[in-house]
Amino acid sequence: MTNDIIAFCCENSAYTAADIAGREGLHYSERVKIVRVPCAGRVDAIHVLKAFENGCAAVLVLGCESGACRHINGNERAKKRIEYAKALLAEAGMSQQNAAMFNLAPNAPHKFVKIVQDAEKSLKGASE
Amino acid sequence: MANTFRDTLNTKKFIVTAEAAPAKGANVSKIVEHIDLLKDKVDALNVTDNQSSVLRYPSTGSCLLIKEHGGEAILQMTCRDRNRLALQADLLFAWSRGISNVLCLTGDSIDVGDHKEAKPVFDLDSVQLVHLVHTLGSGKDMSGNDLDGGTGFCVGVCATPSADPIEPQMVKVKKKLDAGVDFIQTQAVYQLDDLKRFVDFVRKQDSKVKILAGIVPAVSAGMARYMNDNVPGITVPQQTIDELAKAKKGEGVAKGIEIAARFIRQVKEQGVCDGVHIMFIGREDKVPEILAAANLL
Amino acid sequence: MIIAERKPFTEIRQMLAPYSRVLTVGCGTCVTICWAGGEKEVGILASQLRLAAREDNKEISVEEATIERQCEKEMASSIRDKVSNVDVVLSMGCGAGVQTLAQVFENVPVIPALNTSFIGMPEQEGLWAEMCGACGDCFLDRTGGICPVVRCAKGILNGPCGGTRRGGKCEIDVNKDCAWVLVYRRLNGQGRLDMMEKYYQPKNFRAVKRPGRIASVKA
Repeated sequence: MTNDIIAFCCENSAYTAADIAGREGLHYSERVKIVRVPCAGRVDAIHVLKAFENGCAAVLVLGCESGACRHINGNERAKKRIEYAKALLAEAGMSQQNAAMFNLAPNAPHKFVKIVQDAEKSLKGASE
Repeated sequence: MANTFRDTLNTKKFIVTAEAAPAKGANVSKIVEHIDLLKDKVDALNVTDNQSSVLRYPSTGSCLLIKEHGGEAILQMTCRDRNRLALQADLLFAWSRGISNVLCLTGDSIDVGDHKEAKPVFDLDSVQLVHLVHTLGSGKDMSGNDLDGGTGFCVGVCATPSADPIEPQMVKVKKKLDAGVDFIQTQAVYQLDDLKRFVDFVRKQDSKVKILAGIVPAVSAGMARYMNDNVPGITVPQQTIDELAKAKKGEGVAKGIEIAARFIRQVKEQGVCDGVHIMFIGREDKVPEILAAANLL
Repeated sequence: MIIAERKPFTEIRQMLAPYSRVLTVGCGTCVTICWAGGEKEVGILASQLRLAAREDNKEISVEEATIERQCEKEMASSIRDKVSNVDVVLSMGCGAGVQTLAQVFENVPVIPALNTSFIGMPEQEGLWAEMCGACGDCFLDRTGGICPVVRCAKGILNGPCGGTRRGGKCEIDVNKDCAWVLVYRRLNGQGRLDMMEKYYQPKNFRAVKRPGRIASVKA
């Protein structure tokens, strides 16, 4: 078990936000491992399942705000896929809480940090 | 009951038939009570056949009881539970035991009943069943083999005057009439216009078939609305729902009977059709009240 | 094409309970299209099985393979090496695929992961509707291309029945159309209502004597 928090970050929003957060020295957990994707819609249910198979603690998918997706509706497709992935996890007897999707703008480094910190907090909360 | 139903159909009288429901079990005491109550007040009594796909004592059994008690029985036979072999065999049995009238139905869907995982048969549909009855009447079975003793049933079918859309139903009614039908018992009808339109259509195809308007008293506004939403082919008009809504608590049944009797009187006075078929399932004991209020006793 | 859907996960796990080495086999044809048993679905089910076993502290190994057409004996044989390493084959093919694998790998238990449901087509993305009953006696010419054998809840030939709901919906489900109302509209639109007005004799239900067997010659 790696305990990682895998964050699939859309390069047009979340990845940029994470980058700014890094450059501004905003602190967030080392458990967060960022995976850059061209669009949140690139993330399939199998990627979420595989991440858990590899022992991660949580999977986050971060994409553009509603209406801002450069690929028209990749973020909406991602939302549906994450819901589907959560149902698959539930079938396998795992908690649905540990997979989630979020939307943010590229110039929102604080929001990025809050998302990943909140994710870590709820993991800590669940294990206590 | 001196006359057979076929004889009655050949007269000019306003025909009255009613329906009795058998028990959900082998205890026939209740239906025998209803048979004794109604047999001399109506021209014939129908008994349902696993109605709404709910298991009940069989129609053939109930018809035998009617005969034993001196009444005239109409066997209701559906295609849902029997293949062509069973249909023919059951018809031969019924005929041999003095049951001479049959209402040919396709049958309700399995899904609405209490054995939802049963295999639906529907080897035949109602039109094909009418043809089948005539085939047995000609002394042959469906495969063309000669029978040692054929039948001579008086044949009835059902129809839905208030269906929406109405045109496909009328295509079906015409097919039934072409197959040779002695009487039609309609699904419950509440609007004279629907009934008149239906009768006009039928008369264009067949001047002889007797048409009996289906009467199901609605006993509350809630029941009427429920039927409108859930029972196929039934339309209770808003006027009637409003009238039912005004009835005092505990007087719903009486109001329903009043409305039904009024409708029957209109049908009779205006000569709209040849009679009525009264279905008051669960309240068979109240049927004489309807007959009295409609001046049919 | 054949439409199937994956069995409930708990049912699959129950069937797999006695085994610890599983080969999940998908099919690249119908079940890929209807998102039930293609390569992707194999990957997902295999992953779920591993995750579920881990949650239960059980040991399981789940291998994956997908065959272009699982109902072809030669294609099925191509996974022979993989099958020799496992205790059980979990087939994500339709019933024909499951049985072909069972025949080819006679000594290995083959378990169905799908419920094969009908021959159908996509009404819209992700929504499959039953179209054909494989009755062996097709009369679609007379019904305007709408099959009453499976699209009429009672399968009647002289329809509609008296159960049609308001607006032309089926007795058993307000969300389903009465097939005979559809037939009426289609034939009426083509000026061929006479096809519906004809009387149709009882169906030959033995047109295909099951188990069916057909021999044909390649052109």
